[in-house]
Amino acid sequence: MGDSVKKPGWKDIPIGGRIEDAGNSQKYYVGGWRTRRPVWIKENCIHCLFCWVACPDAAIVVEDGKIQGFDYDHCKGCGICARECPAKSPAIQMRSENIEDQFDS
Amino acid sequence: MGNRIALTGNEAVALGMKQIAPDVVAAYPITPQTEVVQIFSQYVADGDVDTEFVTVESEHSAMSAALGASAAGARAMTATSSNGLELMFEVVNITASLRLPIVMPIVNRAITGPINIHCDHSDVMTIRDSSWILLFGENAQEAYDNLLMANRIAEHSDILLPVAVNMDGFIISHAVENIEIVEDEVVKEFVGDYYPEKYLLDAANPITMGPVDLQDYLFEHKRQQIEAIKKVSGVVRQVSQEFAELTGRHYDLFEEYRLDDAEVALIAIGSTAGTAKAAIDNLREQGIKVGLLKIRLYRPFPAKEIVEALKGVKTIGVMDRAESYSNTGGPLYADIRAAMYDVGGTAQVMNIVYGIGGRDMTVRDLENLITQLQKVTETGEIEERIIHYGVRD
Repeated sequence: MGDSVKKPGWKDIPIGGRIEDAGNSQKYYVGGWRTRRPVWIKENCIHCLFCWVACPDAAIVVEDGKIQGFDYDHCKGCGICARECPAKSPAIQMRSENIEDQFDS
Repeated sequence: MGNRIALTGNEAVALGMKQIAPDVVAAYPITPQTEVVQIFSQYVADGDVDTEFVTVESEHSAMSAALGASAAGARAMTATSSNGLELMFEVVNITASLRLPIVMPIVNRAITGPINIHCDHSDVMTIRDSSWILLFGENAQEAYDNLLMANRIAEHSDILLPVAVNMDGFIISHAVENIEIVEDEVVKEFVGDYYPEKYLLDAANPITMGPVDLQDYLFEHKRQQIEAIKKVSGVVRQVSQEFAELTGRHYDLFEEYRLDDAEVALIAIGSTAGTAKAAIDNLREQGIKVGLLKIRLYRPFPAKEIVEALKGVKTIGVMDRAESYSNTGGPLYADIRAAMYDVGGTAQVMNIVYGIGGRDMTVRDLENLITQLQKVTETGEIEERIIHYGVRD
């Protein structure tokens, strides 16, 4: 990952490891940390946004007050969203990361 | 200009801190702390200075609080001594790595084990590889003057590294000397206000400090540190020059004392340099060509300049007030030997480890030593290259 991209030299980076542009964690892919992924079951979702509040990252994608799914580049698979989901038929299920192809379309 | 008043080293440095009036001073208020922060805290309590004085529960916390304050954008200081420095060691290194220009007076005392509170350099030598800039003074005047220059060096945009202002425990810290004080307004103008380019409380330009820094970047950040270190000598000279114009007191990277035609040279750090000058004066009267090179800037080490200054010297006695337990003598000896290697040459370089745990080093001791070095110059014979001077067999 990134091996083909030449990284900047010591003259071209801020001193002391400072990160000087805010909000840049968005550029950092952490989806690979996941061993389980949340899967959204749209028809069960009541759009209460509990998952959006509880997510320790910002990996629940919301538009106009409605859940749209997950940001899998930043979701680390902690499962808090699935635990917090109050819908009678759960709208979020944790599934094995290995079988993502079966659920991702 | 200025007034002459009688002060101990601790009082002089505390007064200097009051004149600099840093935004934050964080300090552990119990031994092995020094009178420096005790006196300074009295200034704060009396309303003589508006510094935020933070008392903390350990030296580790003292340096952590200073680090936090500096990262937030404040001009921050702390002070310590001996085992206190060892307890803050972890954060001492982080402060330098994060490029935070903290200034810290250190009263140099033995690291305990068994318990000792007296002067040697075993404390500060443990941070010699931390990229802190290490300044040493020979007396209270130099400790005070070094302190007044420290912020200018640390905060210089090419440097941004912390500075430790060292003075010998008790010999300088507790002895009363007649020293010349710079007026408050002059200090204020010389040191100037502190405007960091980047800091955490700058809400309009949010930044992160001290993030994870792994295989792909840490090396580059260390390389930047080395670049800053390369520029320290130049900045020290420039600031010292300005200070000289202001006060008439001249400082360089090191001081040469009667070194021009010397065949024997002592190299010393701290108060012993003063004692050595007296011994040198006495022996010069007897026709012995002896001089002194007194280290002021120990880290970074001005190797090239020192080697140049020692040209023509036949026997060099490097005086270490600390051991390195390497079987290769003390730390200064290793530095000097390494520096001399580049120029080849035939000078004999010997090591005198002395004064451990506060053991006295008198004028007579130094005369004795110089006489031994003179003998080496005449005969070329060395019995032992590393001498532990004054230790009982």
